[in-house]
Amino acid sequence: MTITRRNFLKGVAGGGLLLATGVPPARARVSTELPPQAVGLLYDATLCIGCKSCMVNCKVHNSVPGGALYKKGMKSPPYESKGLQGSDGIWDAPRELSGKTLNIIKAYRNGTAEKKDTAINGYAFFKQQCLHCISPACVSVCPAGAFRKDPENGSVYYLADRCIGCRYCQLACPFGVPRYEWDSAWPEVRKCQLCRHRYAEGKYSACAEFCPTGATIFGKVTDLREEAKRRLMLKPGTLYDFPVQTVTSRERTRREIAAYVDGVYGLNEVGGTQNLMLSGVSFELLGFSRNIPRFDLPSLTWAYIAKILWILGGVFVGGTAIHAVTHRKEKGA
Amino acid sequence: MRDMTQYIGPRLGGVANKLLDDSVSARLGIRMATPFTLVLCALIGLAAVVAVYRLLFGIGAASNLNDFWPWGLWIGFDVLGGVAMAAGAFLIAGAVHILNWKKYRCIVRASILNAFFGYLLAAISITLDVGRSFVIWHPLVMWQINSVMFIVALHLVLYLSTLATESSPMVFEKLGWQRTLDFVNRFMVGAVIFGVALSLLHQSSLGANYLIVPGKLSPLWYNKLLPYNFLVSAIMLGLAIVSFETLLTGKVFRHRVPREVVEGLARGMMFVGAFYLVMKVWHLVTGPGIGAALDGSFLGNLYLIEMTVGVIMPLAMLSFRSVRTNLERIFAVDILVILGVLLNRMNVGIFGVSEYATRAGGDYFPSLMEIVLTVGMIAFAILGFKVCAKYLPLFPEEGHH
Repeated sequence: MTITRRNFLKGVAGGGLLLATGVPPARARVSTELPPQAVGLLYDATLCIGCKSCMVNCKVHNSVPGGALYKKGMKSPPYESKGLQGSDGIWDAPRELSGKTLNIIKAYRNGTAEKKDTAINGYAFFKQQCLHCISPACVSVCPAGAFRKDPENGSVYYLADRCIGCRYCQLACPFGVPRYEWDSAWPEVRKCQLCRHRYAEGKYSACAEFCPTGATIFGKVTDLREEAKRRLMLKPGTLYDFPVQTVTSRERTRREIAAYVDGVYGLNEVGGTQNLMLSGVSFELLGFSRNIPRFDLPSLTWAYIAKILWILGGVFVGGTAIHAVTHRKEKGA
Repeated sequence: MRDMTQYIGPRLGGVANKLLDDSVSARLGIRMATPFTLVLCALIGLAAVVAVYRLLFGIGAASNLNDFWPWGLWIGFDVLGGVAMAAGAFLIAGAVHILNWKKYRCIVRASILNAFFGYLLAAISITLDVGRSFVIWHPLVMWQINSVMFIVALHLVLYLSTLATESSPMVFEKLGWQRTLDFVNRFMVGAVIFGVALSLLHQSSLGANYLIVPGKLSPLWYNKLLPYNFLVSAIMLGLAIVSFETLLTGKVFRHRVPREVVEGLARGMMFVGAFYLVMKVWHLVTGPGIGAALDGSFLGNLYLIEMTVGVIMPLAMLSFRSVRTNLERIFAVDILVILGVLLNRMNVGIFGVSEYATRAGGDYFPSLMEIVLTVGMIAFAILGFKVCAKYLPLFPEEGHH
């Protein structure tokens, strides 16, 4: 039996279509819904005193098995003491988020820096870390599925075993959060994973647990949103019992409500994030870009990806048809 | 020529003898023992040292990349540029095998081989660019269909295999393996259709990579049609590369340039270039506004250079019949288009994120090792093409087809 060109082309076209339609439809798109048991952090910059207890404890409690900084055989947390004069390697003094630092408190200062939470002649603290997007760009762009979003609690985490190190996550993250271990020959991407390894022990994010003022609190996202909105609604100067550690905590600290600006950061940014922030100084001045879209970023690339199978099928059918037409004279040859 | 059967036995030696027989290209007069070959070999050697260093000590040690500038020269030039330069293959193969435009049959092998080296350059560079090179195969088994990068990886592997299949008849012909040759030729049309589909997707998906960074990539380049900007400019570049290479081989080898082919390619470049210009002007006017390109900023100037060199000047020249029918002038147009589109890829891949990265505190200029590797990869492509031209029936004999 010989394979004629005609039959062969039929086979190619058919096989192409089969291949095209046979691809598992999968749980294709990244969800835009808040997971049922979503947890997160609320950081209120007006309560922060810049003690950096969150940074210290983040490092300690993530350097244990399961933690986001843990590496087999590590003897101490990955401190960044280089380049600090006279420290003798004693102090941890990171200046940026990095492969060794998942959470950082920075200071804003202007002019005489007299009054806290004021833009002009004032100062303020702010916290940078992963915001745990509802529709994370890093999860959607990773070619090997090394970034995941927990379907229950919504924490965005990383599986080093899958990672190839393409750093598309770094490019895609609108907040510039994922950091790379540039000094390693077998590097990992590092970012806050909301201390998800501590939930099983009944614990929660270390930065919230060890925050003395209630600037960072942990809780269900729905509760955190309510809490944030409540603070925004109150008149500046009103006395308010701020929860400490967790949003439902009985421990409270009575302070005056500050003059917030800009609303709740994380409510609408990139379609919403599980971590929320409040501040007395505009977020733009604190270095959070104003240029953040208000919709889920993965929809941008999905619009393209959804067309691929159609193009593949179209070219197979079209190409086969054109070939049949342009070669009809040579049929008998 | 040495008889290889003396060294490696009659069977392997016979195959080696056939492969090393350069009588197929005797009329082209290709000389390998030249100072230029030595320079190429030296550059490739240096690049190999860099590659080993990179694998041993990591991407951070070899490159100047950083958290704010995660992609640099290897992605911007080697991958985006290398793949775009390979677009000629699917166009010419499609024209010959699907549209049955017999005129272009004489350049189909050269353009496919050319693309093969373009893709090889991209594949080797991306392998060295990823931080965990030894597990770069992960996406092939760990599907993540939301990721454009996954699509890119799949296409890269599939198309490299397709290009190898499309090139293989040259080798089988040389070896005289008639049955294998017949076998491959039987599904050549299918392979070509597959290659066209893959190329359309791959060229556009490299642009689609950047769809997810509306806040980082400068609005001079970012727009929803970025995938199609990439596809159309790659087609323009692909035609320019094929034309450039046909004219260049005509200059350096004793090889008659098929005039009507080069003129046809120039016409194609004109049509595609005009379409691309309309696309780009439409984006500029509806997006950031003409002012953004004319404000004298670093990115605005880069945009102007890219458009002037790669699109406006070539189109202005090609609008004259005297240019379209003059091989020397077409050669000049080819060079302009190549430079312009390569600059476009670097603008999107490297410079376009500079405003974001600088604000965040990042700075980037490729390290010496990054540059050495890129230069070595180009040298590898040139030498590889030359070796293939010498030992394989790359250019069909005149009047044969």
